[in-house]
Amino acid sequence: MSVSFLSRTPLDLAKLLAEVAAPERGGVASFLGLVRDHQGGRGVRELAYSAYEPMAEKVCGEIVAEAESQWPVKVGLAHRLGELRIGDAAVAVVAGGGHRDEVFSACRYVIEELKRRVPIWKRETYEDGSVEWVEGSGNQAIRRSGEREPA
Amino acid sequence: MPTNLTDRTELTVVTVQLFARYAELLGAGRVELPAEGIRTVGDLLARLRELPGGAVIGAATLVAVNLRQARADAAVSPGDEIAILPPLAGG
Repeated sequence: MSVSFLSRTPLDLAKLLAEVAAPERGGVASFLGLVRDHQGGRGVRELAYSAYEPMAEKVCGEIVAEAESQWPVKVGLAHRLGELRIGDAAVAVVAGGGHRDEVFSACRYVIEELKRRVPIWKRETYEDGSVEWVEGSGNQAIRRSGEREPA
Repeated sequence: MPTNLTDRTELTVVTVQLFARYAELLGAGRVELPAEGIRTVGDLLARLRELPGGAVIGAATLVAVNLRQARADAAVSPGDEIAILPPLAGG
């Protein structure tokens, strides 16, 4: 069975931690991205994540494999889709390894690459009822990763 | 007389998936374009820009062909899975 990185139900950090636990892994780093109550000075009421799912799953798998080949770690990754409320976990990354250096590095790598390369979008609803698609730094960063050049 | 109309149609149309803001602005999550004259990602973007609401799609817009990001000079053909990606905002 292939791993699914996208979830329509609340993220389970304990389950991710269990996935990377092993007797030889003495360090685990984790990153949780939570829904913030403000964006660009405006109050956020709720938001929804959507994805180009087949590609998002594939790219998440590539990023995890890259981290696991670059450092001696095991990585767990999950991103939420659908409607979320303030404080809900939107993304969770865990990296388990022998020592702290590699797990912090791998964890940081995975969240940064996810933001740059995984086709996921965020639609925010603000306190005043207005709605906006949030634009991350995706385009520019993807060119930096060397997979694509400016047209 | 054509032996199989369905197959002939598939071979002459490029199907493009749209997401998020682009789907909203163009009013559809999927558009079909006549394949004639569309040989590269750049050709495809130019054609999409001519559609109502298509002005938002710039020359540097991200395009995925068969689940991989593709450059403007990459080839596209009617059988490919093609998606136009607005600026990414995961995490």
